Amino acid sequence: MATEVKELKWIGKRPIRPDGVDKVTGRAKFGADLTLPGMLVGKVLRSPHAHARIKSIDTTKARALAGVKAVVTSADLPELASEWVPAGELQINFRDLSSNILARQKVFYDGHAVAAVAATSAALAKQALALIEVDYEVLPHVIDVVAAMQPEAPLLHDDLFTEGVTPTPETPSNIAKRVEFARGDLEAGFAQADAVVERDYTTKPVHQGYIEPHAVVASTSEDGQSEVWCSTQGQFSVRFYIAKLLSMEISQIRVTPSEIGGGFGGKTTVYLEPLAVLLSRQTGRPVKMVMTRAEVFRATGPTSGAALSVKIGATKDGTVTAAEATLRYQAGAFPGSPVQPGAMCAFAPYAFETFKVVGYDVVVNRPKVAAYRAPGSPIAAFGVESALDELAKRLEIDPLALREKNAAREGTHAAYGPRYGPIGFVETLQAVREHPHYQAPLGPNQGRGIASGFWFNIGGESCAMLNVAEDGTVVVVSGNPDIGGSRASLAMMAAEVLGIDFERVRIIVGDTSTIGYTFLTGGSRVTFATGMAVVQAAEDVVRQLRERAAKVWEISADAVIWEDGQAHPAGANAGEFEPLSLRDIAAEAGKTGGPICGNASLNAQGAGPGFGTHICDVEVDKETGRVTILRYTAVQDAGRAVHPSYVEGQLQGGAAQGIGWALNEEYVYDEDGRLQNPGFLDYRVPVASDLPMIEAVIVEVPNPNHPYGVRGVGEVPIVPPMAAVANAIENAIGVRMCDLPMSPPRLLAAIDNGG
Amino acid sequence: MDAMQYEAPGSVDEAVALLAAADGAAWVLAGGTDLLVQLRADLIEPGLVVDIKGISELRAITPENGGFRIGAAVTGAELGEHEGVKAVWPGVVEAMELIGSVQIQGRATLGGNLCNASPAADSVPALIAAEALCSVVGPKGRREVAVAEVATGPGETSLGPGEIVVDILLPERPARAADAYLRFIPRTEMDIAVVGVAVSLVLDERGVCAQARVALGAVAPRALLVPEAAAALIGGTVDDDALERLAAAARAACRPIDDMRGTVAYRTKVAGVLARRAAGIALARARSE
Repeated sequence: MATEVKELKWIGKRPIRPDGVDKVTGRAKFGADLTLPGMLVGKVLRSPHAHARIKSIDTTKARALAGVKAVVTSADLPELASEWVPAGELQINFRDLSSNILARQKVFYDGHAVAAVAATSAALAKQALALIEVDYEVLPHVIDVVAAMQPEAPLLHDDLFTEGVTPTPETPSNIAKRVEFARGDLEAGFAQADAVVERDYTTKPVHQGYIEPHAVVASTSEDGQSEVWCSTQGQFSVRFYIAKLLSMEISQIRVTPSEIGGGFGGKTTVYLEPLAVLLSRQTGRPVKMVMTRAEVFRATGPTSGAALSVKIGATKDGTVTAAEATLRYQAGAFPGSPVQPGAMCAFAPYAFETFKVVGYDVVVNRPKVAAYRAPGSPIAAFGVESALDELAKRLEIDPLALREKNAAREGTHAAYGPRYGPIGFVETLQAVREHPHYQAPLGPNQGRGIASGFWFNIGGESCAMLNVAEDGTVVVVSGNPDIGGSRASLAMMAAEVLGIDFERVRIIVGDTSTIGYTFLTGGSRVTFATGMAVVQAAEDVVRQLRERAAKVWEISADAVIWEDGQAHPAGANAGEFEPLSLRDIAAEAGKTGGPICGNASLNAQGAGPGFGTHICDVEVDKETGRVTILRYTAVQDAGRAVHPSYVEGQLQGGAAQGIGWALNEEYVYDEDGRLQNPGFLDYRVPVASDLPMIEAVIVEVPNPNHPYGVRGVGEVPIVPPMAAVANAIENAIGVRMCDLPMSPPRLLAAIDNGG
Repeated sequence: MDAMQYEAPGSVDEAVALLAAADGAAWVLAGGTDLLVQLRADLIEPGLVVDIKGISELRAITPENGGFRIGAAVTGAELGEHEGVKAVWPGVVEAMELIGSVQIQGRATLGGNLCNASPAADSVPALIAAEALCSVVGPKGRREVAVAEVATGPGETSLGPGEIVVDILLPERPARAADAYLRFIPRTEMDIAVVGVAVSLVLDERGVCAQARVALGAVAPRALLVPEAAAALIGGTVDDDALERLAAAARAACRPIDDMRGTVAYRTKVAGVLARRAAGIALARARSE
C-alpha cells in the first residue's frame, strides 16, 4: 500500500464532528442515562481496610430488608485459574480480575469490593450495605513500591514468586516480575563517557480522571441471555470478560457501549459490569450500577507510581555512550503494572548503542492499576528526559542538540527490538528548533524546558461495515467507542474513498451483535486499524458500485472506473455513457442486484510509532513554590492528520494531563492505608484557568502501512510533559526536581534546602 | 429510612419557627455549595432542610450609614457586581469572589460561607479584618454579633437552636482606607485555601498607617484576628521593614495542622508571604483613594 500523493477531498480538512450536536446539547446518552422498566439499583460494599483477611461475611440482615432483591459475594463467582490475556496495552489475569471485582479470602486495598446488593431504591441499597456484616482480620499493609520490595515487607500474595529471574525464587514476595532489555557492554560504555548523570526519581500513581464515572445497566432474561449497556472503551472486551468471569457463552451476551465521557485507558477493564449481570441474573430484573466519584478514586485505575534510577553517560560532543535504567512500578493489588512497556519505551527515542533497562512489577495495597494513556512510558520518560537535560547542561550542549545528536531515525535498531521504518522524531526536534517559542525571551524566575516522548501505537483486529441507503447516503458501522474523534476520522475516510460529501456519511458505534469483533479503543489504534477496515469496506462498496454501473451499461466491471463519486467508463473503448453517481446507483440498486453494503475485517499490522517533543515555559514563585505554566507547545508526528482539529485536541489533552501529573496530582493515604482525597477537590487535575492555550504543532511523516499515512496520536502527548516541566523549573530557578508531583509545598521545601 | 423534609419559607420568622421546631437535625440551605456536597458525601443526614433563598430581605444589599448591610443569601456573583461594596470593601468582595468557580459564584453566599464554619472559608478573614457584624435572628429575637464570634471551630458555630444569620453589616470607611485578601491554593480556582490572609488598613493624611486589622484563615481551627500583625503596620508608613515584621507576626500567630492540603511548615511560611503581599495591595489601594 503506497501512500498516494494525490489531491484529497476530505483527509486533512476540519468538518464538523458527527457527535458534536448531541454533546453540546446534552442529548448524548452516557452510561448512567439508560432507564428500564422494573430496574433495580445495585451498589457495592467496599473494604475500609488496606489489607485484611475476610474471616466471614454475613448477609442475612441485608437480605431480610424489604426491597432488597439480591446480595452477592465472591462465593457467587466461579473460581478461575490464573490466565493472562491481552487487554489493550496491558494484560489481564482472569483469576485476579475476579478477585478484584469481589474480594475472595483477602481484601487488598481501601475500596476493594466485598459484596454487592440490588434493591428497589438507592436508599434501600445503601441501607442494605450497612447491614452486611464482614469480619476482618486486619493485616499489615504496604503502600510504597520500594518498601514493598523489601524482604520484610507485608506480603500480599503468598503464591507470588518473581517471574523473569532464574532460578525462580523459593520464597514468595511482592515482586511479581522482572524484565530486562539490554545491548552492549555497559561498563565500557560508561568508561568512554566524559560526563555521567545518575539520579533517582519517583512518580506518584495518577488517575485517568475521566469525568464520567463507571456506569452499567444489565438485564438478564429467563433463558440466560444478557444485555449490557455500559460506558466502556471496548464492548467486545466487556463481553469476553463477563463470559469468562461468569462462565457464560459469549453469544449469550450483547454489550452496547454508551457514549463515553472519557476513558484514557481506564475503561479497558471491568468493575461493575459482571456484578450487574450477576445481580440481574439472580433477580430477573434489570440492574443499574453507577459509581460515585469516591468509588472511582478508591477502586479504579490508576496508573503506577514508581521509583526509578537512571544513569546516562556521553562524550563531550554529546554522543551517549551508555544508558542504564531501573524501573520499579507499582501494580496495585495484583500483578500487571505497565513496567514492560515502560522499559521498552525508556530509550526508544534514541539510537543508543549500549544500554540496559531493568523493570520490576511490584504489588502494593492500592487499587490494581489500569491502562492510562501510553501506559508506562511517561514514567520512564520523566527519568530519562530529566537526566538527558542535566547531561546537556553538564556538557554545555543545547538540550535540543543533544537529542538531535542521539535521535532514532529510519533504520535505527530500536532499544526494544525492531528496526524503525519511516519515523518523524527528528522532524519534531526540527520543528521545535524552528518554532518561535523556542527562542522567545524569558523574564526573571522563568525557565524553558523541552522533553521528548515515544509510544508504539498498535493495530489489531477490526471490522467495518458500510450500508448504502436508497438515497445514496451512507451509514458506517464501527466497533470502537469514540473517545477521541474516531467517528469523524472514520467517516472522513469513507467519504474520501467514495468521493462523496462528508455530510452524506453518518457513522454509528455498533454493539457486539451488530458488528464483527473489533478490538477495543486503545493503543491509539482506531484511526489506524479501524480506519483501514473502513477504507477497505468503502473500497468494497466502490467495487459493487462499479459492478452495478457495468450492469446498467452492459459492459464489463473492469471497464468502469470510480472517480469523484461517480462511475465513469474507463475509456473510449468502454463506450460512451453519462456518469452514474452513488445516488443514481443506490436508487436503482433493487433492480441491479439488491442493497449495497460493504464489509471488511482485518488484523491491521504496521502501526507507525509516534514521537513528540514539547516546549514548556514556567514561572516559579520562589516564596510559595507555585509554578505557573506560561506557554506550552506540543509537537508531534501524526503520520497524516485526518482531522487536524482532533489531532490538536489529543496533543492538548495529553499535555494537560501530563502537566497535572507533573504539578499536583497525587493520592494521599493515611497511616492505615485509607485514601484521604477521593475527589476532584483534593485530587488536583488542572482546571482550565491553570493552563495557557496549548499550541499543537503537527508534523507529518506518513506511515507507509496505512492508505492515508495515519499514525496513532492519542498517547504520545502525555509522555513528555513531566520532564518538560521539571526541566523548565530547573532552568528557571536552578532547582532540579526528581520527585513528582512538583507541588508547591514540595518545591518550596526544595528551594529552601537550596535545591 | 426517614425521608428528608425540604421547606422554603418566605420570611425569617417562618424559617426560625421551622428550625426551632425541628429539634436538632435541621440545616439551613442558602446556596447549598457546601451543604449539598456534605449531603452527598454522607457527612450529614438532615431531617429538615430550610431553604432561605426565598426570603427577600436575605437577598438584598442595602446601603446603611455609609456602609452596607448584605443579606445572608446574597451570592458571590451579586456581591461582585455591586459597585458600591466593591469600591468601599474591595478585599471582602475579592475574598467572596474567589470561592469556587463562575458557576459556584452564582449560588455560593456570604452567609453560607460564614455559617459553614470552615477554618479555610475565604470571606471570613476578610469580614473579620473589616470588623463586620452580623445579625442573628432566633426564637428569642434578634442580636448583633461580631463575625469573628460566629465560627467556634471546624464546622462549629456559636449559633443557638433555631438561630439564623440574616445579614452582615460592613461598616462605613474613612478616607484613605482599603482592604485586600489573598489566599494560596495549588490551582487557580476550584480549590480550598491552604492559607488566607486579609489586611484592612487606614492611612492618615501623611500616609502613616493609623488603623489596621489583619486576619488569617486556614492556619487555626477558625479564622484568627492577629493584633500583633496589625501592630507592625500601625504608626509607620508600611515600609519593607514593617512588612517583614508583619510577616513575622503573622507566622508567629499560626497554629495550623498538617493535612493533605499543606504542612504546618508550609502554611506558616506562606502565611507570612501572603500577609506581606496583601498589605502591599491594601496599601496601594489606600494610597490611590
